[in-house]
Amino acid sequence: MAGSSHADAAHIDYILHLADNAVVLGQRNGEWCGHGPVLEEDIAMTNMSLDLIGQARMLYQHAASLLGDGATEDSLSYFRDAHVFRNYTLLELPHHGALVGYAIDNRDYAVTIVRNFLYSSLMLLVWNRLQNSSDTQLAAIAAKSLKEVRYHVRHAGDWLVRFGDGTTESHDKAQAALDHLMPYTQEFWRASDFESCVAANGVGADITSLRYTWEIQLQNTLSEATLQMPTAGGFITTGKQQVHSEHLTFLLEEMQSLARRHPEGVW
Amino acid sequence: MNAASTTSLGSKVSTGAEGSHTDESLSEIWRALETLTDPEIPVVSLREMGILRDVRGDALHGFEVVITPTYSGCPAMEQIHDDVLATMQQVGLKASVVTQLAPAWTTDWMTAEAHEKLRAYGIAPPLACATSAAYANASESKAHVLTFAKRTAANQNIACPQCTSDNTTEISHFGSTACKALYKCLACLETFDYFKPY
Repeated sequence: MAGSSHADAAHIDYILHLADNAVVLGQRNGEWCGHGPVLEEDIAMTNMSLDLIGQARMLYQHAASLLGDGATEDSLSYFRDAHVFRNYTLLELPHHGALVGYAIDNRDYAVTIVRNFLYSSLMLLVWNRLQNSSDTQLAAIAAKSLKEVRYHVRHAGDWLVRFGDGTTESHDKAQAALDHLMPYTQEFWRASDFESCVAANGVGADITSLRYTWEIQLQNTLSEATLQMPTAGGFITTGKQQVHSEHLTFLLEEMQSLARRHPEGVW
Repeated sequence: MNAASTTSLGSKVSTGAEGSHTDESLSEIWRALETLTDPEIPVVSLREMGILRDVRGDALHGFEVVITPTYSGCPAMEQIHDDVLATMQQVGLKASVVTQLAPAWTTDWMTAEAHEKLRAYGIAPPLACATSAAYANASESKAHVLTFAKRTAANQNIACPQCTSDNTTEISHFGSTACKALYKCLACLETFDYFKPY
């Protein structure tokens, strides 16, 4: 790590951003374990969570080796608080539409599927680019993750078409989920300082350059699903810059409580 | 660095008395590890699966057994790691296990024997990956290629491992483990696992 300390910090922030994305969505989708709408989907969702948590582990291990100073994959996932996580806000939202304050509702599978499509079709492009990262360990992780995200995109895309082009009820629920989640994708395209830094030095992907391809992918799938592309407008969320919605704290509380209660525990 | 400690040459080039001694140890390690299987698929060895990548080193500096993970989150990897260490202990050689990510594991590395053993065990072996790689590489340059209408395309010609009929259909992309999909044979009506190309 011969570069400036600014570039080093951006590099680590970027790896943590990718790791936090994977662990937060893995944990969120893991909520379907034992509660899936049908048995096959229960298994599908937990299999994909397993992939995401596996990717997060490799990324946290890599970040820990860059950080040194006793950092481990466990210290980075279980002992960091919500206000330092760098995941997209989109990924921490509950599996239901917008409600006021802390109100909760039943999980809605349309929200799950739409989010998985919006995110995994982005990561298909990101991992593809990161195979050529100047960070060879990140490139190796990207090559593995790309193989997995292809199955995630296919799964979410199939269901999006089935919902959109299905019954009136499934169509309306898919459209509502899309209208709810689309504004959160604006966060993808506003590069943070650490993303601009890693895009410039060859460690990271230039995220803004992927927008056009991502939108065409989405448009193609929505056309087949007979769904309308909503206009993404309004507030641009800032999860990757460590300012989150109220939902992340609850998610992390559940995920981290065991490790924090038994900090010396070994399993 | 002297010849005897040039680990990468150890298995291929005889470097005098010490070199052939190393050769014998390396062959012994390969033989011992041949008994290890993927805990989820107890009929196929780690070598046949392509998980066991290399054995290198020498008695003086210790041996290294190189393994590569299949799916990122595959829970079998820890078991495999421990199994390799235990086997090395039985053989009585000092060894460590190195987990290597690149090049990324692919089902294309599975041997023909592995395919046969999978089929006999009731799992349809994977088709070649080349097509799915081309599909992903095309996705960025030609965005219009990436459509999701071709749901049946990936289901072609997965023969039933029970009755060999090609008349099969996919029930779910995801099955009992991360590496498998669930299929049904429309000829004999049995369900079966299909090892997905990766």
